Amino acid sequence: MSTTEKVGEQVATYVDDRVGSNRFLGRNLKKVFPDHWSFMLGEIALYSFIIVLLTGVFLTFFYKPSMVEVVYNGSYVPLKGIYMTEAYASTLDISFDVRGGLLIRQMHHWAALLFIAAMAVHMFRVFFTGAFRKPREFNWIIGIALITLGLGAGFSGYSLPDDLLSGTGLQIARGIVQAIPIVGTWGAFLLFDGEFPGTEFISRLYAVHILLIPGLILALITVHLMMVWTQKHTQFPGPGRTNDNVVGYPLMPIYMAKAGGFFFVVFGVTALISGLVTINPIWIFGPYTPDQVGAGSQPDWYIGWLDGALRIFPNIESVIFGYTISWNIFIPAVILPGIVFTVAALYPFLEAWVTGDKRDQNLLDRPRNAPTRTGIGVMAITFYFLLFIGGGNDVIAITFDLSINAIIWFLRISVIVLPPIAFLITRRICIGLQRKDREKLLHGYESGRILRLPHGEFIEVHEPLNLKERTVLESAIEAYRAPLPAPERVDANGVKNKRYRIDMLRHKLSHWFYADDIVPPTRAEIEAGQAHVAHDAALEAPLHEADEKDTVMVPFHGGILHTEGEPATNREQLEERGGNL
Amino acid sequence: MSDVTTRDSANTPDHGHGHGDVPADDLARPLYRGPGGLPAADMPHRPRRSDTDPKAARRAERQVAGLFLLSMLMVVLFIVAYVAIDPFTDIYVPLFGEIGFQNFALGLTFGLGVFCIGAGAIQWAKKLMPDVEVVQERHSLASTPREDVEAAEQYERGKEESGFAQYKLIRRTLIAALALFPIPLVVMLRDLWSPKNGGFGPESPVELLSTTAWVEGMPIVTDGTYVKIRPEDVPVGGLVSALPENIMEIQEEEHSLNARAKAAIILVRMEPDEIRAQQGDGWDYQGILAYSKICTHVGCPIALYEHRTHHLLCPCHQSTFDLADAGNVIFGPAARRMPQLPIGVNEEGFLVATAPFAEPVGPSFWERG
Repeated sequence: MSTTEKVGEQVATYVDDRVGSNRFLGRNLKKVFPDHWSFMLGEIALYSFIIVLLTGVFLTFFYKPSMVEVVYNGSYVPLKGIYMTEAYASTLDISFDVRGGLLIRQMHHWAALLFIAAMAVHMFRVFFTGAFRKPREFNWIIGIALITLGLGAGFSGYSLPDDLLSGTGLQIARGIVQAIPIVGTWGAFLLFDGEFPGTEFISRLYAVHILLIPGLILALITVHLMMVWTQKHTQFPGPGRTNDNVVGYPLMPIYMAKAGGFFFVVFGVTALISGLVTINPIWIFGPYTPDQVGAGSQPDWYIGWLDGALRIFPNIESVIFGYTISWNIFIPAVILPGIVFTVAALYPFLEAWVTGDKRDQNLLDRPRNAPTRTGIGVMAITFYFLLFIGGGNDVIAITFDLSINAIIWFLRISVIVLPPIAFLITRRICIGLQRKDREKLLHGYESGRILRLPHGEFIEVHEPLNLKERTVLESAIEAYRAPLPAPERVDANGVKNKRYRIDMLRHKLSHWFYADDIVPPTRAEIEAGQAHVAHDAALEAPLHEADEKDTVMVPFHGGILHTEGEPATNREQLEERGGNL
Repeated sequence: MSDVTTRDSANTPDHGHGHGDVPADDLARPLYRGPGGLPAADMPHRPRRSDTDPKAARRAERQVAGLFLLSMLMVVLFIVAYVAIDPFTDIYVPLFGEIGFQNFALGLTFGLGVFCIGAGAIQWAKKLMPDVEVVQERHSLASTPREDVEAAEQYERGKEESGFAQYKLIRRTLIAALALFPIPLVVMLRDLWSPKNGGFGPESPVELLSTTAWVEGMPIVTDGTYVKIRPEDVPVGGLVSALPENIMEIQEEEHSLNARAKAAIILVRMEPDEIRAQQGDGWDYQGILAYSKICTHVGCPIALYEHRTHHLLCPCHQSTFDLADAGNVIFGPAARRMPQLPIGVNEEGFLVATAPFAEPVGPSFWERG
């Protein structure tokens, strides 16, 4: 044993005597994580958050969260001698007078954008594969909370430099707060310490941005990861993978190297982008003043959908008993996000209630095997995307030389009409794919080759599925559910069913959720079908003897190419080498 | 490459912590183990070149070490860029245009330095660490019935011993006390804003939102240069951003931009016969109209004016107002017309407000009515 190893062991023992860490390490260093590219999306979110924290700490050393007016006297000549808040002046200093300051500021902004984007795409992955199902419902809720906090973190950070663009954003935020019935006016005065823009809001927002929100995000991320750890990661269907196991690589060393390495990759790419691409050039916008605005004002992308909702909502305002209710602001900017995030958070429970599914689900659904859920997801994305377009309607109008009024009217109608259409189309596509899968399981691949048999019969050669493909397609069997049965009004003993109406509703919803799904073939049918297909292939085999001398497609279509005689599976390879890799 | 246990040790029963890594049906046949000493998944697998060819393995080793070396080199270059490059020189980078040289160099060296560590680690994992997937069993997260019973018993015992059920008075007062204790924390938020007169009268939110710096006779000055305006300074079809004459004094006094946020106006001039309606009789001066600049939707300043149609368009949410027709909303999300400021000229011939705004400017609020 080398000296380093001895010291390492002594340290491990020292720590273990005090916290019992070796028990944990012994069990968990070999913890298996399944591998799939889509599982990296959550990792990107985590890593970009760490980058945001690191760069954010650097920024706090130089940024001054103060609305005191000063005369700028820094290096950026065009703004020399101009009145501005200390917040804006210090952000200029970070950008021009602190070496590397601009890089860190841009990394902070890019990583923040990446953080939210990665969370959103991670959410799509979890949604469309049904990873939110039992036992992972809590983690889904935490995820929704993290996205909500992410939006808050982003918006509060965007507002801190106190440039013309961010100040305009704050003015809009203030208008939204004021539109909340009953408490809005007072709420706005308390938040801003009086009128807009006041002198205190930046420093208050700063506390929220660097302490409150990141603290909550950090706490929730910790719980999120601990739950993933405890519940073990879900996996896609594949050879050897069942609902009761995890197939993948152990934490030490493979995941440590891959995931740890991936952190550095995300960090490095963020730095490269920030070195090359300017983001939020606040020096061009100029200091904030409440009587000016730049044309084409746009929020950061993640706020775009809310801004879009605010833009396309009809101008309804009512005065009831002398009090004003600004529906045109309150509904799109407060009620809408409230409903969106609440429904999103509750979705796992709604689906579980409708489907009556109470089992643990560790194997992921293929989106096609849950057509209704996939349809709902695409419907939500369509809705989001239309609002997002609304948030850039002025840019679109100018770029494509369209009438802004026409765009707004198009969006007002399509935001209601298109999502259901998207739902129907998506569901149809999924069902079509299910039908195709069923075909493949029963009849293999159509090779497109016509074979004439010795007795004159023509057959089209079908090729059997390879092991991986077959296992993946067979997952439809596990995923398939029959709708809940219709309830009886009275049971066998003549007792009236008190829950009849609820059960009936549930039956109908369940029917809606499942009834159009394609019934997958049974395993016996698949076995018979694939055997039949193999028979076809066997008939054809003599023709290929010559060209398959060197390599064979083992033993299935699309399989991995092997040298002849090379064992095909892990086990066979290990067996051949006496258990050593 | 030797982290796979031999057949013998693999077949030794697992004395661990009852984790049961071994699937039951595998116990019967010889067990082969992948990384972590876990059973290898029985699935198609193709050995990598670095598994079978020692040369390829050494090549991979050199690649990984090379990436780590490159990372170190980048750190050196970063220091050079930090010290040696003038922060105010630009460099032309294809596709990205003229960008700051130092920022580019720092981003490039730091980014590549960090990236190479990651790329090296991943290459290491992909080429040299075992790529045999292994199986670990899942275990139900739910507690066993015995554990359930034990938890329930412990809870009952605790409840009994505390007398939580027995002492009704304690229970109720505790719940009430816990419900009340956050109140001071909320109450203290009251002074986030401390108005004079406790929020009533002239310093109330409603009063503040309803008044601006405009009073009768207040001269109108241009925004930015702060010079008084004569009617002939406003051309037909033009738009002038303007403020009350005393705006800078108020700002000095209040140390804030609050007054400016409410008092900003725009002046437009059209032929008098083009004006179809106004908010008050004779509120224009020879075809010059003054409107608030603050959008009635959520408060963005508006300055996009289309002089032929007399439409005013908000750049934030595209609310459109017709200034020839009393500032009424003709499109977009704003529900209220733009407030008009009555104007005239004083004895020196400068434009002045002839009265304050008749209604609150800016976004609506609950008490506006």
